[in-house]
Amino acid sequence: MLEKREIILGENEPYIINMGPQHPSTHGVLRFELSLLGETVQKVVPHCGYIHRGIERMCEFNTYQQIIHLTDRMDYLSAHQNNEAVSLCVEKALGIEVPERVKVIRTILSELGRLASHQLWWCAFGMDLGALTTFFYGLRDRERILDIFEESFGSRLLHSYICPGGLMNDVHPNFQKRIKEFIPYFRKKLPEYDKLLTGNVIFHERSKGVGIMSLEDAISYGVTGPSGRGSGFACDIRKLQPYSAYDRVDFKEILYNEGDTFARYKVRLDEMWESLKILEQLVDQIPDGDFTAKMRPVIKLPEGEYFQSVETARGELGVYIVSKGDKFPVRVKFRSPNFSNLFVIDKLARGHKIADLVAISGSLDLVIPDIDR
Amino acid sequence: MDQKELQETLSSLLPGATFNLNPQFAEAIVPAENLHQFALELKNNSKTQFDYLVSCSGLDKDKELMVVYHLRSTTLEHSCVIKVATSDRTNPEFDSLYEVWRAAEFFEREIFDLYGIKFKNHPDLRRLFLEDDFEGYPLRKDYVDPINIIQ
Repeated sequence: MLEKREIILGENEPYIINMGPQHPSTHGVLRFELSLLGETVQKVVPHCGYIHRGIERMCEFNTYQQIIHLTDRMDYLSAHQNNEAVSLCVEKALGIEVPERVKVIRTILSELGRLASHQLWWCAFGMDLGALTTFFYGLRDRERILDIFEESFGSRLLHSYICPGGLMNDVHPNFQKRIKEFIPYFRKKLPEYDKLLTGNVIFHERSKGVGIMSLEDAISYGVTGPSGRGSGFACDIRKLQPYSAYDRVDFKEILYNEGDTFARYKVRLDEMWESLKILEQLVDQIPDGDFTAKMRPVIKLPEGEYFQSVETARGELGVYIVSKGDKFPVRVKFRSPNFSNLFVIDKLARGHKIADLVAISGSLDLVIPDIDR
Repeated sequence: MDQKELQETLSSLLPGATFNLNPQFAEAIVPAENLHQFALELKNNSKTQFDYLVSCSGLDKDKELMVVYHLRSTTLEHSCVIKVATSDRTNPEFDSLYEVWRAAEFFEREIFDLYGIKFKNHPDLRRLFLEDDFEGYPLRKDYVDPINIIQ
């Protein structure tokens, strides 16, 4: 006679479960292999490569003007900053000084892009934790920024607008007016974000003390951007190595020392206020002049190695170009912020529940195409 | 510390390293057998304090395969570049630096995936982006793409 026995999965030995690649809370095609004991996460192994397109290899067969269009597709929410990184690196190699007008417009675009990206992050983060209304509030305001983009560049997501030497074309005559309308509008709407989510008790329970990252871990894993600054890692490239017009604007680098999910959330919300401050200072300061420096139609970089970092909405994007003096680069490496930010998740999620893993990965603000490239 | 001073400090700390002229960073090519020891020295020495590995990339210079480390100090705010090279293309191998900077673990997996460079003492050396049964290392210059869709 058979003995009646109850088997409880994951009671004594780790139970392996796959989260993704098509899971709404991984925000793209990323797979976490979770080892669980009950509902507690023992280990997280991320599996990447579902959207690997070989951008670094493609760069080796394209000219520097063509590479711009590939960088959009890495971190599609920071398209302007990605374009700017390659453009700055090429300009540095050629020793070209771009016109003042270009510098100011590039800075404005970077900050608008950062605002749009943080808004979308805020929508999605609220939704990860079950607050569905945030999605409508965030996208309502993001739409305004995308309209400004559409008017000037004809595209809403992948702009390819900043190019080596300057800009693809001049901005629309309404550009300044639209931004001036947007700033007071968003200043009025931003406190709604706090009312809706920041003070919410359930949200505090879900985010405070969850996924604590120490400063040592942040530096050792190379976690940059708002995620690193939530742990007190002063890594803002806009302050450390100012580029474009960041040396002449007044803004604060937001730092929190708690290192938990809530701190990372607060960094991004405060950064939106700082971005508005930068926009306000620059919008009236756009000088007249050319929208591009004089460039040869074929760019050949002198032989050597060049490295340029910029601050995207998610952290430090480094572009490393090795040239042999040809019109094609020998090697282009993108040190993408999400790549480094992702792998700390194993350390953060251990000992937490699966639902907390969702909160932690949401607070790291991952964009998967930027990891896989 | 400016670049010239840093270069002098590095040359006293890294015996046997050769120095390249690089307008942007102090740059040293270190012998592969001393890589791990030098990395620890660069991180822990009070004069350098390179605690942040910005980027780690593979590089194929036709004759030799290289790994390039971009380092930055978060306290002293200076940067440098460390390189290791090997002319062995069939079985290239370097020390893994994941104990020194945790970020190196996944940068090294990426380099193993795309360049076929192995890392000694790496905890989990597998392909990162490509499938496990993928043949060849696509970022090497002698890689022939059989489908040839990107050239």
